[in-house]
Amino acid sequence: MIVPTMAEMMAQGKQPEVLFWVGAAGSFDDRAKKITRAFVKILHQANVDFAVLGTEESSTGDAAKRAGNEFLFQMQAVTNIEVLNAYEVKTIVTCDPHSFNTLKNEYPSLGGKYTVFHHTQYIKKLIADGRLSVNDSILKNKRLTYHDPCYLGRANDEYESPRDLIKRLGVHLTEMKRSKSTALCCGAGGAQMFKEPEKGDKDINVLRTEDALETNPEIIATGCPYCNTMMIDGVKFKEKEADVLVLDIAELIAQANEL
Amino acid sequence: MQYIPNIIFALILIAGIGFFVKNIRKLIRNIKLGKEVDRSDNKAARWKNMAKIALGQYKMVRRPVSGILHVAVYLGFIIINIEVLEIIIDGLLGTHRVFQPILGDGFYAFLIGTFEILAALVFVSVIVFWIRRNVIKLKRFWNKEMKGWPKNDGNIILYFEMVLMSLFIVMNASDIAFQEAGIGNPISQFVYPILKGFTPEMLHIIEQSAWWIHIVGILIFLNYLYYSKHLHILLAFPNTFYAKLQPKGQLDNLEAVTKEVQLMMDPSADPYAAPAEGAEDEVPEKFGASDVTDLNWVQLMNAYTCTECGRCTSSCPANLTGKELSPRAIMMKTRDRMEEVGANIDANGGTFKDDGKQLLNDYITPEELWACTSCNACVQECPINIDPLSIIMDMRRYLVMEESAAPQELNMMMTNIENNGAPWQYNQMDRLNWKDEE
Ligand code: SF4
Ligand code: SF4
Repeated sequence: MIVPTMAEMMAQGKQPEVLFWVGAAGSFDDRAKKITRAFVKILHQANVDFAVLGTEESSTGDAAKRAGNEFLFQMQAVTNIEVLNAYEVKTIVTCDPHSFNTLKNEYPSLGGKYTVFHHTQYIKKLIADGRLSVNDSILKNKRLTYHDPCYLGRANDEYESPRDLIKRLGVHLTEMKRSKSTALCCGAGGAQMFKEPEKGDKDINVLRTEDALETNPEIIATGCPYCNTMMIDGVKFKEKEADVLVLDIAELIAQANEL
Repeated sequence: MQYIPNIIFALILIAGIGFFVKNIRKLIRNIKLGKEVDRSDNKAARWKNMAKIALGQYKMVRRPVSGILHVAVYLGFIIINIEVLEIIIDGLLGTHRVFQPILGDGFYAFLIGTFEILAALVFVSVIVFWIRRNVIKLKRFWNKEMKGWPKNDGNIILYFEMVLMSLFIVMNASDIAFQEAGIGNPISQFVYPILKGFTPEMLHIIEQSAWWIHIVGILIFLNYLYYSKHLHILLAFPNTFYAKLQPKGQLDNLEAVTKEVQLMMDPSADPYAAPAEGAEDEVPEKFGASDVTDLNWVQLMNAYTCTECGRCTSSCPANLTGKELSPRAIMMKTRDRMEEVGANIDANGGTFKDDGKQLLNDYITPEELWACTSCNACVQECPINIDPLSIIMDMRRYLVMEESAAPQELNMMMTNIENNGAPWQYNQMDRLNWKDEE
């Protein structure tokens, strides 16, 4: 894949229209890397002039901050902001709602002021600007339900962009009993992703997967690499992996457009 | 001699209000134990939130059944209080239904009639509330933090309202002149026939008793507030006004940390430089919260405002899956500890004497704190914009930055971020490998 870095761009004296913030999961996690590649294919199809930071990108510090380590968070933030500002980055897009939230809300007071998009918002904008269209025949009438990532939904009140894209796929969307602002967390946020849960009588991702399975879906769509992992684990736990796919909206659009 | 009832009334009134004011002072003092936080920005948005959420009960009706019943009780409660004004004037001046000649018979009857209907609505709603708590046993009223006083408190409030509303109706029903006039008594006219068997003297005594018990009851209820979750009827207003306006996902950046990070990152800063003048007696700032005095005053006001409705807990993913964490319990424990600290200050002549206890461990355990996914469901659901998550986060900050007491796996995650910029152990240099992996 052709994925230019900011350093390469700068060497050529170019400034891309948007920086793609890949995030740690999107860079290293095997499942999340597929989402990253799907999104890049969409960017290519829409002829978006983008770049990544590559090895100059580092954790936003979200997980450290939510684990209580404000020091580590601010060290990460300051380092990243230095890099971003040196490249004079104005606009950022990311597939990770946690990075989205941190970059958009928590970096400005530390000196990092950017226009930040979640990839579903950005794709929606590409469509609105006439740079991309979505083919609604490939996934026609598939039964789909959408899980709202907490850090996109409640945290930033973005419920409509993902749904807007889903509607363009021609699929049959059934909402879960808890959705939008009442959506149940997948269990990964607040640094839970990186530790065993406290003792209880169930895992959160299993409860959320049950919500999803109640809608009898063929596809569980999400917009977050961590939600994705949690829901896949939940589907496996329920032994439904033969019937139900867990896919990111970027992957669905890439599929629909046969990218 | 004829002024004795007036004097007694005035004394009761002064005592009732005086005691209330004393407790409110204490409440404000306790809230001010919290740290300063600036919430003076964007007044327009704040007024709007207060009007919409506290006055307009906008978030209550997210759950329609309890929401609509609550609106009925709330409206009834507020509007019927106009009648209390008449009661107070009557009591002080020795008059009887002093507003009647002033407002004119027709309008007065209309008002009292409205109050009666509202009183009946409140009565019915309160009965339904009681049934939901005690017969249907809605799960959120039976979590483990709801044992003992919190459970009784919830019911006592309902009994209070039942009795006050009944007294209001009985008072009207036993007022012969009022009943004979036959207007403004849409509800009490059905009670009047039951009481008719009594002699007029007896009826007068009933009316007077109902009147006295009603007003004394209101004063007792007023003073009960301070000890109860029912404080929300007052504090919901400032609480929604001062609530956070930023996106829910945005956590504050600790300023004390920003300063230190700047120093560390600044190559020109000399780590051995003598501290600035006066700085040597500065106590180094404590990071995060281990006790109520480390929280800010909005968080403490949150704790007093919490109505223990449990909407937060009933939507908390950790609680729903059997974990120890309950966001409602976080608020209740914060209030309990604040009360304890306040009582300590009162007992020690205005200064806090170390009692060897703190909010962390003695009230809220690390197990509860680490179970939170920071999903904001509690914040979203709270009908009066309380933010349990902010307390959880501040206490995690203390655990990690002051005590280095994070769970082992989280320590590993943080070490990884420090060393290779990702929460897992991958090589930073492999960050772009994904582009060639298909
Ligand atoms: S933010 Fe934490 S306490 Fe609040 S609902 Fe979510 S998991 Fe529960
Ligand atoms: S914090 Fe809010 S939602 Fe939770 S119990 Fe208190 S008032 Fe209810």
